[in-house]
Amino acid sequence: MEIDLRTVSIQPLRHTFDHIAARFGDKPASRYQEGTYNLQAEANFHYRPLWDSKHEIYDVTRTAVVMEDWYAFKDPRQFYYGTYTLARAKMQDIAESDFDFVESRGLLSAISDADLIKIQNVFLPLRHVAWGGNMNNSFIAAYGYGTAITQPCLYHAMDQLGIAQYITRMGLLIGDVSDLDVAKKAWLEESAWQPLRKYIEDTFVLKDWFELLVAQNFVLDGLLYPLIYQSFDSAFSAKAGPAISMLTRFQSEWFAETGKWVDSTIKIAISESGANQQLVQQWVEKYLALAIDAITPIAHLAFGPTASEVISELVEGFNQRSVKLGVKK
Amino acid sequence: MSNVFIAFQQNDESRCIVEAIVEDNPAAIVNYQPGMVKIDVPNSLVIKSSTIEEKIGRKFNLQEMQLHLITLSGYVDETDDEFRLSWPN
Repeated sequence: MEIDLRTVSIQPLRHTFDHIAARFGDKPASRYQEGTYNLQAEANFHYRPLWDSKHEIYDVTRTAVVMEDWYAFKDPRQFYYGTYTLARAKMQDIAESDFDFVESRGLLSAISDADLIKIQNVFLPLRHVAWGGNMNNSFIAAYGYGTAITQPCLYHAMDQLGIAQYITRMGLLIGDVSDLDVAKKAWLEESAWQPLRKYIEDTFVLKDWFELLVAQNFVLDGLLYPLIYQSFDSAFSAKAGPAISMLTRFQSEWFAETGKWVDSTIKIAISESGANQQLVQQWVEKYLALAIDAITPIAHLAFGPTASEVISELVEGFNQRSVKLGVKK
Repeated sequence: MSNVFIAFQQNDESRCIVEAIVEDNPAAIVNYQPGMVKIDVPNSLVIKSSTIEEKIGRKFNLQEMQLHLITLSGYVDETDDEFRLSWPN
């Protein structure tokens, strides 16, 4: 008896969902594409919400920025739920082992008490700043339009919450719960923190979500993170060793990674039209001035007499970033 | 003139690798077979990690390619950034 073996190639009738095929052609689509494009709810909302009769529930006019296609905001990291959680789990593993290492080797005991108090003063109130970032990005995710932009904003919101938790854990490693209360009191009452608190609380009431994205993710984070997690971190570790850098590693790596997404988002909005470019430029100029005022007292807290040099370096770096993105013509 | 070729299993990641190869080697002929994709290119083929990174949206170490690789033919010249196949002689 003879058995004839042969391969039969079966072509699938369709490679992906019709709405993805309409965009990219009928070929196998990536998970990111399937989990992002054309998912924004558009139809079947017959009534306007009672709480905002000027807009539909999902409305493109909730921001002054105008886009032909709201899915143009492709995330360069291509994060959908799967890749996002994997990427963060990896970072979290590293952060966990860093915390373990610092704790088991007693690395904090090598730092003088005065320096530890400085770390507490500079870092611990930042957990309230990160919570502000969580609120603002949740707002963008809720009121923004198009999954391509709302999805990474929701991830960004979760990240900010994670950062607040890492700062808290660092505070608990250095001291105890009463130190967190002291930091909250400083955040609420100490004069150095009030300009920053004002900036954050003013952004809470912004209605234009793209303006909020510029104010929070681009301008404020774009100045605060380099100030704390780059300039202050390197100055401090040169003096007192790398223990604090290890405890804040998540934040510095996170800023480097998410910066790419923020840059690409700003760039895409600007290159869409001259009107968008002007809007973004106005917003950047407005919030840059406010943010510099807000972080200057923090820089004084961290650097003392050299604060103004540090700030001018930071602003220069930020301006270069803006020019590269085309914010200023 | 002879071809070099490389074949990958078909999956989410290798799709990005194939896309990158097609972009970097305009003469590439892509041949889809069940569960496998084979790419023929006249003379030489280059795979650049930078192009793959663009497609896949994250850092990509060229060694990761080996996870999806089925077979290849050609003289291999590998650096951190590039993987080249050719017939030098």
